[in-house]
Amino acid sequence: MTGAEPKATLDLARELGLTADEYDRIIQQLGREPTYTELGLFSALWSEHCAYKHSRVFLRRLPQSGPRVLQGPGENAGAVDIGDGWAVVFKIESHNHPSFIEPFQGAATGVGGILRDIFTMGARPIALLDSLRFGDPDDLKTRQLIEDVVSGISWYGNCFGCPTVGGEIAFAPEYAGNPLVNVLCVGLVRADRIFRARAEGVGNAVFYVGNKTGRDGIHGATMASATFDEHAHERRPTVQVGDPFTEKLLLEACLETMASGAVVGIQDMGAAGLACCTSEMPARSGTGMDVDLSRVPQRETAMSPSEILLSESQERMLLVAAPGREADIRRSFAKWELDAVEIGRVTADGMLTARVGGDVVARVPVDLLADGPRYEKPTTAPPWLAERRAFDPLTLPEPRDLAAALATLLASPTIASKEWAFRQYDQQVGINTLVLPGSDATVLRVKGTRRALAIATDGNGRQVFLDPRAGAAMAVCEAARNVSCAGGRPLGVTDCMNFGSPERPEILWQFAEAIDGIAAACRALDLPVVGGNVSFYNETNGQAILPTPVIGVVGLLEDAGRFTTQWFRAAGHRIALLGGVGVSLGGSEYLWALHRRLAGPLAPLDLELERRVQTAVQAAVDSGLASAAHDCSEGGLAVTLAEACVSGREPVGCVVTLDGGARADLTLFGEGPSRVVIAVEPARAREFEGLMAESAIPWRWIGTTGGAGLRITVGTAVLDDPLERLEHAWRTGFERHVA
Amino acid sequence: MRFGVVVFPGTWSDCDFHYVISEVLHQPVRYVWHRDRNLDDLDCVILPGGFSYGDYLRAGAVAGRSLVVEVLRDFTAGGGVVLGSCNGFQILCEAGLLPGALMRNECLQYRCQSVHLVVENAETLFTRGLAGRVLAMPISHGEGKYYADAATLAALREQRRIVFRYADAEGHVTKEANPNGSLDNIAGVVSEDGNILGLMPHPERAAEPGMGGTDGLVLFQSLLGGLVEDGSFLKR
Repeated sequence: MTGAEPKATLDLARELGLTADEYDRIIQQLGREPTYTELGLFSALWSEHCAYKHSRVFLRRLPQSGPRVLQGPGENAGAVDIGDGWAVVFKIESHNHPSFIEPFQGAATGVGGILRDIFTMGARPIALLDSLRFGDPDDLKTRQLIEDVVSGISWYGNCFGCPTVGGEIAFAPEYAGNPLVNVLCVGLVRADRIFRARAEGVGNAVFYVGNKTGRDGIHGATMASATFDEHAHERRPTVQVGDPFTEKLLLEACLETMASGAVVGIQDMGAAGLACCTSEMPARSGTGMDVDLSRVPQRETAMSPSEILLSESQERMLLVAAPGREADIRRSFAKWELDAVEIGRVTADGMLTARVGGDVVARVPVDLLADGPRYEKPTTAPPWLAERRAFDPLTLPEPRDLAAALATLLASPTIASKEWAFRQYDQQVGINTLVLPGSDATVLRVKGTRRALAIATDGNGRQVFLDPRAGAAMAVCEAARNVSCAGGRPLGVTDCMNFGSPERPEILWQFAEAIDGIAAACRALDLPVVGGNVSFYNETNGQAILPTPVIGVVGLLEDAGRFTTQWFRAAGHRIALLGGVGVSLGGSEYLWALHRRLAGPLAPLDLELERRVQTAVQAAVDSGLASAAHDCSEGGLAVTLAEACVSGREPVGCVVTLDGGARADLTLFGEGPSRVVIAVEPARAREFEGLMAESAIPWRWIGTTGGAGLRITVGTAVLDDPLERLEHAWRTGFERHVA
Repeated sequence: MRFGVVVFPGTWSDCDFHYVISEVLHQPVRYVWHRDRNLDDLDCVILPGGFSYGDYLRAGAVAGRSLVVEVLRDFTAGGGVVLGSCNGFQILCEAGLLPGALMRNECLQYRCQSVHLVVENAETLFTRGLAGRVLAMPISHGEGKYYADAATLAALREQRRIVFRYADAEGHVTKEANPNGSLDNIAGVVSEDGNILGLMPHPERAAEPGMGGTDGLVLFQSLLGGLVEDGSFLKR
């Protein structure tokens, strides 16, 4: 062992984010004090970000298997069979902490990281979706964050050449100090050619490929496992710097090498970089790894062993070569002008041995590193929650002008058009995008088959805040419903769990409840969770974000020609409302946009009804009966109808009559699950009625498309607004804050 | 007609052009690696979109000095046709095969959107029979603002080498219809001999009815139809 480095004391361990107990455990398990380099390994791999210390006991509750699942959680991404020999590989991941400290690079490298997770599996990325949360866009600092995050995503995704086809952006003051940047990537691979992050075959060569290693992102995983204070900006050196051009070369070189049969296993060097790969890959295979750090390509001088192991420099992979194929690997990467350097071998001893030339600088059992501590910490329901939930929104006065209330909602940044962001993203490269961003779900064809994929993300922090279990279940339902509205049958889920500090019992309670809600909804809808990510410690100065599980759903259309979109296509079509009857203004966008309140009860969720509604919608789209299908979500039925009127290429009006039993604002703007608006050509109305009768769900005709405005009658109240006004509110509501 | 699609490090519309040429147009096509100097088997070379060499230094600057681009002058002198779209247009300008330069969009942001192009010259190899047509195609670029000095612009006009201009759906060339601040709304120009076309929009993304229409396909159809008519390329 080298003696030149600082002593690995308890104080140093604490500084690196380990607890006294964890430090003791390391000494006990090693039977000696760790070296400085070894302590660095533990600090990174036992960080919350890498080890899921606080979340693992809960994550087990999620349903993770199904007949189509080819790869569940535990690998770089999940994989699901879509037929014809193809599999879809997908995963969502957060890059929240880096994006607050350095928004442009933080968001960009978030895109880069998830792209690598997908192509490590041997899949070619075909789509990106971004789920973003920010504070109030009136705030100058937030405005700058939005601009930098969007341009970071645009810069990386566009240069790499993967289209950004969807996602959502929502706003609440609770995100001001901790914006959320969650990126979902989808890729395609032959089902029998999926690669895994395993170090099989004792004696096989271990190759370092891609970008050179520098001092960027050191202790990034540790940074992402702590809360922020006013000194957050001082952590900028922990944020990585991306190079999308190199990533594109890495993609081509990796896929080419994989196709040649020269690769046994491969893993992306993401969080905790080389340390993570050299311990996780052998740990999965019951092997060990012996690597010489002095062979690692470096772009800075005099890097210490610890820095080389922990650097989170981007666009790098570790791969295990098939015996005798070393020259082929070097040739492929040389063609793409990238480094491919043999740095070590797979061993049988179950140890990670890191050397610098002849000197051993770390020698640790890979299982000990990869299998970090797991905690079952106490959970407590926040004492103030019952009171927040007990608030009755109907004690607030009814708005005098319903049309003005609708315009306010349409112009609310969360609801308004996000075209300002999407037009900065390439949406079409690969020529697969059948439905561009702006509908409930995006639809991409699968070339070489008749099929298509429908993809959506969702997650309403307000609803989860008021009722974590029901709110999280609703997020699953809504993302799946969005996919169903496009005509897709949901196949699988990926979840990104964004929460505050799990060391606080009420935050961990939110998390545990949300997991239970996701599990219940996934079981009801027969949806496996095939991968995801937990991001804790999203809090600044003790102020946590709204608990925000972001749910990504990927669905399959058997016929790529049979999709629909959310906007009305022509006048004279009949409009049906399918599903749930219960709505609430509790936690609604209406309550926030008009009264700046976050309180009240959520509408009831009936998972069996949800399932039947989605099946009915899928059948209506698949049989070509639905000329439009739009999910009712933020802003309630009135906003759903208004969006259907104005979000298409040409605005189309509608005339709708609703029951007048309840207060008009509740009927118009109340939010509740399991509801979908469908437009049907009059000639096919009878056929549609037959389909609905078979579906055994509540539904009714509520109106007809056409006219110069949106006109809704609720009992004696009438909301009537010209299309131009609605469209103006919706198109400019977000953009006016940033442009 | 035999097509070659050039691949630089960082090119990403290569697969899309390849797909359209082979699966939609049913023409023979192969990829051309950027170090490849032998184009003898080809009638038309495509320089596709992407970020060749990351667009580091300037968009297209490095690729504009690559081995394959060096031989394009001889290739066109021998009757070959070159179509550069998006990054391909930037590369052709950087290589001096087309006049002018493509600068950062006036809005200082990347733009991906559908645009309308009015066909200003329907007598090029790429636009035969398209007189007065307004074509809808997507753009996707951060550096598409065309610029040329006054003398060059005057020559381009006089020689009718401005082929496409950004316009509204009715074909009116307006400031509002200009997505990137291009001089004179210029979206595409041809070389003096008419064998090289550069345009910022993506014709390969508008080549199937379900994929943004077929207005991009007409460029290829013009090329193929023209070649069949005068047979000049069939001799190769």
